[in-house]
Amino acid sequence: MMSAIIDRTMTFGAGRERPAVRETSTAPVARQTAPPARSGAVPADPGVWSRRLRNAATVVLPPVIVTAFFLLIWEMLSSSQGAVLPAPSQVVTDTWELIVNPFYDHGGNDVGMAWQLLASLERVAYGYALAVVAGIGLGVLVGQSTWAMRGLDPLFQVLRTVPPLAWLPISLAAFQASNPSAIFVIFITAIWPIIINTSVGIRNISQDYVNVARVLRLNGYEYFTKIMLPAAAPYVFSGLRIGIGLAWLAIVAAEMLIGGVGIGFFIWDAWNASMLSDIVLALVYVGLVGFFLDRLVAIVGNWVTRGTQAG
Amino acid sequence: MTSYLSIEHVHKTFGEGPTATEVLRDVDLHVERGEFLSIIGHSGCGKSTVLNIVAGLLETSTGAVILDGKEVSKPGPDRSVVFQNHSLLPWLTVRDNVALAVDKTFKGKKSAAERREWVNATLDMVGMGHALDKRPDEISGGMKQRVGIARALAMEPKVLLMDEPFGALDALTRAHLQDEVMRIQSDLGNTVLMVTHDVDEAVLLSDRIVMMTNGPAATIGEILEIDLPKPRERLAMADNAEYNHYRAEVLRFLHERHKNPESEAA
Repeated sequence: MMSAIIDRTMTFGAGRERPAVRETSTAPVARQTAPPARSGAVPADPGVWSRRLRNAATVVLPPVIVTAFFLLIWEMLSSSQGAVLPAPSQVVTDTWELIVNPFYDHGGNDVGMAWQLLASLERVAYGYALAVVAGIGLGVLVGQSTWAMRGLDPLFQVLRTVPPLAWLPISLAAFQASNPSAIFVIFITAIWPIIINTSVGIRNISQDYVNVARVLRLNGYEYFTKIMLPAAAPYVFSGLRIGIGLAWLAIVAAEMLIGGVGIGFFIWDAWNASMLSDIVLALVYVGLVGFFLDRLVAIVGNWVTRGTQAG
Repeated sequence: MTSYLSIEHVHKTFGEGPTATEVLRDVDLHVERGEFLSIIGHSGCGKSTVLNIVAGLLETSTGAVILDGKEVSKPGPDRSVVFQNHSLLPWLTVRDNVALAVDKTFKGKKSAAERREWVNATLDMVGMGHALDKRPDEISGGMKQRVGIARALAMEPKVLLMDEPFGALDALTRAHLQDEVMRIQSDLGNTVLMVTHDVDEAVLLSDRIVMMTNGPAATIGEILEIDLPKPRERLAMADNAEYNHYRAEVLRFLHERHKNPESEAA
């Protein structure tokens, strides 16, 4: 969990940088495609198309090359004598049934990968949604009230270092059921960065905006909706982004212990059955889903906070 | 004798005990309805503090501010502020920035349609009718300040407070906006209190210039009445003997009698 804290601080900085980096890499493409659209009747000259292709190539080629290189090395290493782990080609052959039939349902735990992932996503959705509501609420409280900050901050600082799985036994004892326990673990994992970032965002609201609110005599509710939330939104969203990442990290571990349908238990089950290829496939899916969750929150964040970064 | 806006023997001390600094000492100022009054002084002399006290953003240590017969100690829409750095809310469009002020001020007094109309009318007045749906980061600094002025005017304040409103703008944009403010003020007859450190700006725009002594414990050093007919033409004023006389008066006060404490030390 120490790594999660470091992760938090590192991603915190990166979260504010990343959109800008992405913008510089995609903006030229967008800008250069604009002229032909404006010229209308004039057919796009070949120069524009070749430039567009070149721009696309500079974005797409590096990751493709690096991934191909990585797979090649893996293939070579796993093909050598005494290799324990399956090669990529082996993984695809072994798991072909799982890849092409993501939605089969043979009852019990024997369901397609899509159902496994959806079951995990459902738990994450519940736990994360609770964490968002409670986290932003507590973050606003701690950000607004010095007394609340002094009272709650030490508690938060201690509790946030407790590893996610350490909460599982006590939540199993409290809820007497596996599913709510897993949801609680997600909740308690995702909530800390949301609280902390929200409170920092509230504390950093520019005095200018506060003065505007005072001159306009906004009441508490108006201040909350018109000034506080939009002003703190960039911070809140970097908290939300770290939170979703941590939630997805925790779900696999939690599901390994609670069992049932879910990608975590699928991995554990495959390990017990020595189906290493299934595990590799599951890891790829977990990574991709995690990536898309992160992107999703980032996109929502960019959309919601458009304009608030500049001033 | 009661004025429209009275600043009555205001003292202001920041902090307490041994670290306390007295910023203002016995500032006493009376502004008539429709008057354009500038406060000028070196930086750090507390001129913005005076403005913030009138705005209600700061409390007086002793003394009081009386506007239209009522004591004011909290911020309110009857004293709208044009902030130095425009302070537009970046997540709202130009229209919504002004609409926030209008809706808050005129809720229950004007219908929604009237309020919308009024937002458009004020933005037209400052020449920003073409950029209603732009966000602050999409328009220039001068345009932002125009919107800031529109937002303040749209509240129909009893007194308009401007805190170095053109300080962050380039010279040409500044001149242009000063002309606009002169035109709007002569059209609407607003009572204006402006803080500035620009001598030309003060002489060109004001009916009276309040010159502040250096801090700490700054107070009003002298008040200069600018008896030039309005409207004033920037170009004509350059060769106007009276204008230049007033200008020299202010400069003399600032640079001979109350030198900038920093330049003195250097």
